[in-house]
Amino acid sequence: MSTIDVRPAPAGSTLAGNRLPRYAVWVVLAASLGLGLALFALLAAAAESEFNLVGALVVGAILYLVASTGLTAAVEGQRQAKDRFVTGLVTSAFVIAMVPLFSVAITVIGNGLARFDLEFFTSSMRNVTGEGGGALHAMIGTLLITLAATIISVPLGLFTSIYLVEYGKGRFAKMITFLVDVMTGIPSIVAGLFAYALFALIFGPGVRMGIIGAIALSVLMIPVVVRSSEEMLRLVPNELREASYALGVPKWLTIAKVVLPTAIAGITTGIMLSISRVIGETAPLLITAEFTASMNYNLFQDRMQSLPVYVYTQFANQGNPAFAFLERAWAAALVLILIVMLLNLLARLIARYFSPKTGR
Amino acid sequence: MTSTAPPLRAKARIGDVVFSRTALFAGGMILVTLAAVAIFLIVQSVPAFFATGETASILPSNFWAYVWPLVFGTIWAAFLALLIALPISIGIALFISHYAPRKLAQTLGYIVDLLAAVPSVVFGLWGIGVLAPAVQPIYSWMVDNLGWIPFFAGPVSGTGRTILTAAVVLAVMILPIITAMCREVFLQTPVLHEEAALALGATRWEMIRMAVLPFGRSGIVSAAMLGLGRALGETMAVAMVLSATGLVSLKLLTSENPSTIAANIALSFPEAYGDNVNVLIGTGLILFIVTFLVNAVARWVVNRRAEFSGAN
Repeated sequence: MSTIDVRPAPAGSTLAGNRLPRYAVWVVLAASLGLGLALFALLAAAAESEFNLVGALVVGAILYLVASTGLTAAVEGQRQAKDRFVTGLVTSAFVIAMVPLFSVAITVIGNGLARFDLEFFTSSMRNVTGEGGGALHAMIGTLLITLAATIISVPLGLFTSIYLVEYGKGRFAKMITFLVDVMTGIPSIVAGLFAYALFALIFGPGVRMGIIGAIALSVLMIPVVVRSSEEMLRLVPNELREASYALGVPKWLTIAKVVLPTAIAGITTGIMLSISRVIGETAPLLITAEFTASMNYNLFQDRMQSLPVYVYTQFANQGNPAFAFLERAWAAALVLILIVMLLNLLARLIARYFSPKTGR
Repeated sequence: MTSTAPPLRAKARIGDVVFSRTALFAGGMILVTLAAVAIFLIVQSVPAFFATGETASILPSNFWAYVWPLVFGTIWAAFLALLIALPISIGIALFISHYAPRKLAQTLGYIVDLLAAVPSVVFGLWGIGVLAPAVQPIYSWMVDNLGWIPFFAGPVSGTGRTILTAAVVLAVMILPIITAMCREVFLQTPVLHEEAALALGATRWEMIRMAVLPFGRSGIVSAAMLGLGRALGETMAVAMVLSATGLVSLKLLTSENPSTIAANIALSFPEAYGDNVNVLIGTGLILFIVTFLVNAVARWVVNRRAEFSGAN
């Protein structure tokens, strides 16, 4: 027979057994972090090396886990101790994930601001071998290639989702759904290889054009557009469609004038998110549109630079002085991140303010 | 009345026909695109399978000897990334869905999603500029003190650009994907199950172990597979961070690392000519097949769950 572990209720507590006061956890946390910091400060002073903040925090966190678990086990019991231990683990998992995010943000902003100037936005890399130069050609290239990819994928993706939601039944629709799933999983570099192989068959090997990159990006973009628009179209209540039919409106007009306007905010959000996904793609553009130092406004001729590839080439082909190339790479990375964040933010704002009000 | 009237049929309108045909055409284009991807990749990679070191200069002897270390490196790096990312993702997902204050939960979710918005080339820059120098001292400590474990055998890399660093960068990149999916699954746990567990006196962790995790198990598996699929195909971060020599090795901390298919294509393609291009496309085809299989397993798990989740 197992004995049930019942602790005598102390004075002051009525229902529960022994409980640690609420502030105890925070006291333990502060004490362990302080101990970790002090330990590493002593180590740094003894070895006369730099103070290791990350190490101090890691040691502090481990100390906290041990101390809080031990204290809880002593006062509240095994089960509560396990619970507190897992709470600590789960919270530290979240904190761990924040480390790279903040580290990336700080490094990109810190290193990128050095060349975040007017020249960077107004000049290309033509005839620039050392310092100076800019990324205008890359920005134009990214703009044109992404625009072309959007023009290809939005109508295709939107009509596919209309087919799936409004018309599709039976095996063909099921197969399309399956294929969209497969397409979502295509690695970006494979999309680039496909676009290259397609154009190499037509124009001969070694072909490089902006439009090839746009086609590679559309392969990545179409499934995202289909998925998000499909979800939005399915959210449109059937009553709206039936009311429209009852008034004698043909199906295509119902879709064009009732269903699409109702879902347009969600669809726009999905499209913007899909753009923000492909605008940072490097690999497919590196092998299709490749890189150049000059302006190129023509999608159908010659190599075309784009921002992500610009970042890569500035890093990979460092000239003299190297810091000028690295500064340009970081500045372009900052521009790229800002564009992606802006697109994400816009998408969320559109979703919030322009979606139809569903409340009664 | 003896004869019934013929059923009413709507008048065929030209707009309807055009609209439905357009939609059908768009759906068909998906089919055509995917078929084209498969066909062009296969057509372009057929010469690679018969190429030798004489016809294609990057081949050591034949295609399979070239591709095997790459396949190994791809799977090894992705596996390591998953090993790092999965426990952390599950932790974050639990934190957001069950631990964080309700008002904060959505904002915290957005913050984790921000990681997904960082382009891979930026992660590459960060991996070389910040992560690799930061972990190098840890690596040399590990080689000195844990070198008896085969994985940590020396000699240590002086730059920190090892396969473990690449795997950490990959893990950061797949973290938001796995987290988002796990979070969604955890939030779908029937509230009645959770409340029943709590009402029986379970602590929060016991409630999660008894109600949330069993319910979300298949969701976790498919999220892991999707993350694995993404890690397999990730190119630029690996291409930039990893200093690869193209051999098969399980050692994590040395400067001799296996390369991955995607990174190898990105690094070699701009200078490739002749049959070398076909060889690289051939490796791309293999990458496509591997990711397709991984994603297919993930989908299969999801679908099985859809059939059996009668709990809610």
